[in-house]
Amino acid sequence: MKTIIEDNIDILVVGAGLGGTGAAYEAKYWGRDKKIVIAEKANIDRSGAVAQGLYAINCYMGTRWGENNPEDHVRYARMDLMGMVREDLAFDMARHVDSAVHKFEEWGLPLMKNPETGAYMREGRWQIMIHGESYKPIVAEAAKVNADKTFNRIMVTHLLTDDAKENRIAGAVGFNVRTGNYHVFKSKTVICGAGGASNIFKPRSVGEGAGRVWYAPWSSGSAYALMIEAGAKMTQMENRIVLARFKDGYGPVGAYFLHLHTYTQNAYGDEYESKWFPALTEMVGKAYLDTENQHFSHKPIPTCLRNHAFISEVAAGRGPIHMVTVEAFQDPHLEEVGWENFLGMTVGQAVLWAATDIDPKYINPELTTSEPYVMGSHATGCGAWCSGPEDISGDIPEYFWGYNRMMTVEGLFGAGDAVGGTPHAFSSGSFTEGRLSAKAACKYIDDGKAEGISVSKEQIAERKEEIFRPLETYTVGRNEIVGGTVSPSYILPFPGLQRLQKLMDEYAGGVTVQYMTNDKLLNMGLHKLKILEEDLEKIGAEDIHQLLRAWELKHRHRTSECVVQHTLFREETRWPGYYYRGDKMKLDDENWHVLTTSQRDRKTGEYTMEKQPLYHLVDEK
Amino acid sequence: MPTFVYMTRCDGCGHCVDICPSDIMHIDKKYRRALNIEPNMCWECYSCVKACPQNAIDVRGYADFAPLGHSVRVLRDEEKGTIAWKVKFRDGREKNFLSPITTKPWGSAIPNFRNEPEPTQEMRDSELLSFEPESIRLDDGGLHTLESNGLKLKEGVYY
Repeated sequence: MKTIIEDNIDILVVGAGLGGTGAAYEAKYWGRDKKIVIAEKANIDRSGAVAQGLYAINCYMGTRWGENNPEDHVRYARMDLMGMVREDLAFDMARHVDSAVHKFEEWGLPLMKNPETGAYMREGRWQIMIHGESYKPIVAEAAKVNADKTFNRIMVTHLLTDDAKENRIAGAVGFNVRTGNYHVFKSKTVICGAGGASNIFKPRSVGEGAGRVWYAPWSSGSAYALMIEAGAKMTQMENRIVLARFKDGYGPVGAYFLHLHTYTQNAYGDEYESKWFPALTEMVGKAYLDTENQHFSHKPIPTCLRNHAFISEVAAGRGPIHMVTVEAFQDPHLEEVGWENFLGMTVGQAVLWAATDIDPKYINPELTTSEPYVMGSHATGCGAWCSGPEDISGDIPEYFWGYNRMMTVEGLFGAGDAVGGTPHAFSSGSFTEGRLSAKAACKYIDDGKAEGISVSKEQIAERKEEIFRPLETYTVGRNEIVGGTVSPSYILPFPGLQRLQKLMDEYAGGVTVQYMTNDKLLNMGLHKLKILEEDLEKIGAEDIHQLLRAWELKHRHRTSECVVQHTLFREETRWPGYYYRGDKMKLDDENWHVLTTSQRDRKTGEYTMEKQPLYHLVDEK
Repeated sequence: MPTFVYMTRCDGCGHCVDICPSDIMHIDKKYRRALNIEPNMCWECYSCVKACPQNAIDVRGYADFAPLGHSVRVLRDEEKGTIAWKVKFRDGREKNFLSPITTKPWGSAIPNFRNEPEPTQEMRDSELLSFEPESIRLDDGGLHTLESNGLKLKEGVYY
């Protein structure tokens, strides 16, 4: 294994999905003199959650058309997340996001237009429809042109910290998944654009179909593990998300509900949601679900609460739930939209319908609720605790410490899944967060905050030994046995992943227990995670590809630990339909109208949990 | 197993290996052709299928829930700027779809900031991003702030 050192980097972008590409692109605008480097686990042209394309941009204000102002989006996200949003960050993202979308159009991304108004074709209030098969390669081009160097196929395993000054970032290390070379990136700032986590809870499909997870299988929670291990404060990590989607293929339902006006019914053809709402209002309070007035105010019902009705109806024995497509699909235009929606972003659902002879023009397809996912850019807000922009958050000490989107570790910034408390950013909002981070990182450097960083040879050498150890463990242990995958001295990445998924499922509220957990289960889960961590010291990797899987598993494990810590800390059921605390089945605004944060001690591994205040945008009257 | 490779069509060029986001398309050492080494980590994202110059890669739906006898084929053409899909059901029915993938010659409209004028100090000190405010395309030109929108951030419980 050669050691390859890339030195004198100003801005290192770790992970170039939509967030990372936004960062790499914008960084050159503000930092002509700066060295901007991308380290990406796959190939930037098809990496991250948008690798296979998107058929909609789910976050576009349309302020120029008089459609929405930023605060409208903040109120929407607050409502959907049962109040739990960093409203300063959400407002900031929303006031910039349209400019990113307008640029995408200039670069060649085909956005559909309303032929009458000339405005973009709306799918819903926030969503616009696009022909986005090449969304990622187009955006990647903007990042590649403006970055000084792009390293593909680098699995970043750790962030480097400054040996001269406590709590300051100094770069990152990892390995090339093709050559096996050890890569060291010494950098003044790091923008973490790595991904959220699929596959930490046992998926419904455990054979080949496990690949058809809702969030990409390559989303290995690296954003969280890298930041947690660097000592960054995390927020809202309990806020995992469960998706109601087309069964098995997890094809998206947004366009179906919003544009095609399809609707759901139970196995017997009945509307089922409304009958669960009175009891649900008891659980969460009238402020969050008031179905009578909701009807008049046209306030949408929070995603988690609609899940709750779905889960309850299935548990009552009236499943499966169907999407009624037969009416809408008689219109050839809507039929085409329905199919292209999948071909543009979830081809696997089209494959499944073809395989099972389901033509939604004649058959109403089944829906299901997915296993939980941990991420921060869809209808949930897991991620790092970041500073807001000065003009919005400047007067709030808990929300502002100098540089927009900087975490509690100096010089470490984030975008997309990495930034906590900012749900409903989606692709365009993640890209926008990357841009905001990039500008702030340039300012941080120009202000002289990154002077005198030093990374000791020991730190670099220790990480190298640690990163490649699974290869050594395997080689030694393999000699003890005749063959096969069973060894007393190592575990392989896949069985290790299955162990993580099983324990998260059973102890932390996965699909086989109907998303139910409690304090006892969570404490037992933490204990098992600790033992698993010890065993992961003995993970074996037969080759470089397995070494990649070994490190992805370690990242998923660290993410899971943080999720369980947070779930234990928040003593209420804030999001019925995402998960339930059986010992605290009610939403409790008196004690828990707060954001949660955690910080893992880098030396001891102990977590410190805190409540953080929620500041809400209100009219100045 | 989600993606698979036809032996007689693959020439081992490695485009699929280069593009696969999941690192599961590898070259078989014995046959010198590509294969999917980890079907349960395949998202059926079709990145490799689209990238294959020989049309040697296809998808067979996940064995847990997808019966045999279907196909979803694709042809992506950067020069024409289109993508064509053919969906074949198990019972033989077919559906065809054609969509644009870009409106501009590939890569021609991407700005290189090295050739743009430097931002002023005033811009650096503001909350504006590149090409703003004009790229937000507001007639009144300004970036929204709490003040401009008559808003306050207040601690407490508000709905």
